[in-house]
Amino acid sequence: MIASTGPYFQDAISTLISLLTLFSFLAVTVLSLVWLERKALGRLQLRLGPTRTGPFGLLQPIADAVKLVLKEDIVPNEAEKVIFWVAPIIVVISAFMLWVTIPLTPSIVVQNLENMGLFYVGAVGVIGILGLVLAGWGSANKYGVIGGLRAAAQLISYEIPLIMVFVSIAIVTQTFNLVEIVNLQSPVPFILVLPLGFVLFFVSGLAEVGRTPFDIYFAESEIVGGPFVEYSGAHWAVFFLSEYINTFAIATLTVLLFLGGWSGPFLPSIVWLLIKIYAVILLIFWIRGTLPRLRIDQLMAFAWKVMVPLSFYLVVCCSIYVFYGLPWWALTVMSIFGLGVVGVIIYQYITAPARKVAEVRERLRLLQMSQEE
Amino acid sequence: METFVNDWMAVTLSVLVGAGAILGLFIASFVFSAKRKSKIKLTTYECGIPSEGFTWANINFRFYIFGILFLIFDVEAVFLFPWALIFVEQNNLGNPLPFYAMMMFLLILLFAILYGWRKGVFEWQK
Repeated sequence: MIASTGPYFQDAISTLISLLTLFSFLAVTVLSLVWLERKALGRLQLRLGPTRTGPFGLLQPIADAVKLVLKEDIVPNEAEKVIFWVAPIIVVISAFMLWVTIPLTPSIVVQNLENMGLFYVGAVGVIGILGLVLAGWGSANKYGVIGGLRAAAQLISYEIPLIMVFVSIAIVTQTFNLVEIVNLQSPVPFILVLPLGFVLFFVSGLAEVGRTPFDIYFAESEIVGGPFVEYSGAHWAVFFLSEYINTFAIATLTVLLFLGGWSGPFLPSIVWLLIKIYAVILLIFWIRGTLPRLRIDQLMAFAWKVMVPLSFYLVVCCSIYVFYGLPWWALTVMSIFGLGVVGVIIYQYITAPARKVAEVRERLRLLQMSQEE
Repeated sequence: METFVNDWMAVTLSVLVGAGAILGLFIASFVFSAKRKSKIKLTTYECGIPSEGFTWANINFRFYIFGILFLIFDVEAVFLFPWALIFVEQNNLGNPLPFYAMMMFLLILLFAILYGWRKGVFEWQK
């Protein structure tokens, strides 16, 4: 009977079931991330974090979710109602669409897009920016407009290094299939082959999900939440949800593309993948607890003067490596060379004022000594 | 053909499932949430004082320049994605031209970046 309704009907039903499973998995993951972030940040700042709700405060994210649903959902009179209402949906749908092709193991994946997985991830990830700009613009609030435009400027600038890292991985592996990319890493994970790619991907990934030090577009102490300033209740909860889904996606992609994915000894592959993902996420939280926020001019200068040239250098290195058939460590050497040169230049640039001061002090000291004589 | 249909069906269904779940959340919130509207509550937030002036005015021109820059580099990325797989294939067939062509293109782009850098396009403030 099912077969008579069409050739794709059964496929559609099974895809639908796996998508619903995926959504519940992501919801549970977001709850765990919220708890982990509050606990980790608390410990980093010598606080306890949540302790009252359940053992170790484990029920805190559930209490938060219930609170957000019960809160009043305010749409300001001045706001462009339709844009204001639709913007969070765009953000969360783009965050969810990414997960169609991200594999957790070779078999646990909704639909592995074999011909375009990496390209699809790069393409769909950008749609969220539109939602943020619309949210800022539609809420008719000055902080919102500034925050939305800052989000646009920051996210599109850091999108380019991200895309270039995707391109260089495609050049090295000669495929867009994410499962295939992970399988190719079984002897040597790509973090050893492309250290530069890992650094570029991780930094621009942090910027893409707006994690500190790249959270200028919703900086609470400056523009009081940027695009989210007028949102409350369920609409705000949706932004929150998509932010955590995106953080989890960036951590997962880092693991899949650079840390060998699900491969590892003894334990089952899904356990290895989750261990690696949570290690990367803890690194992200650690960075949030340690670094101060970048100013907008520093942010844009860093994107266009450091990240973009370095990412093009990486693409050229990878294509030369494939074209001339060099051994894999040649790529490592080129990567580390690029990182080293840029590191030295940045160090010189940052310490220039201090060296100037020391030089002037030294000259003054010599002058005083000669006068005393 | 079958892979093509299944791939895009999964993508379309993911949009529907995402939208459905979010609409479910909104409906739950609509049913359960507090609703005590007041005139003051629905005004625009501006640090506790009444909102002044026109909201969508005086936006820094720099945002547009970075938008245009992004367009240039995004077109570049569109070139690079198919090239990433094609140039190796062509080279194996004895045609190294795509590799050299893209290197020339990247060299021209490098000059563009350096020119823009000298002109101060990447500076937030001059």
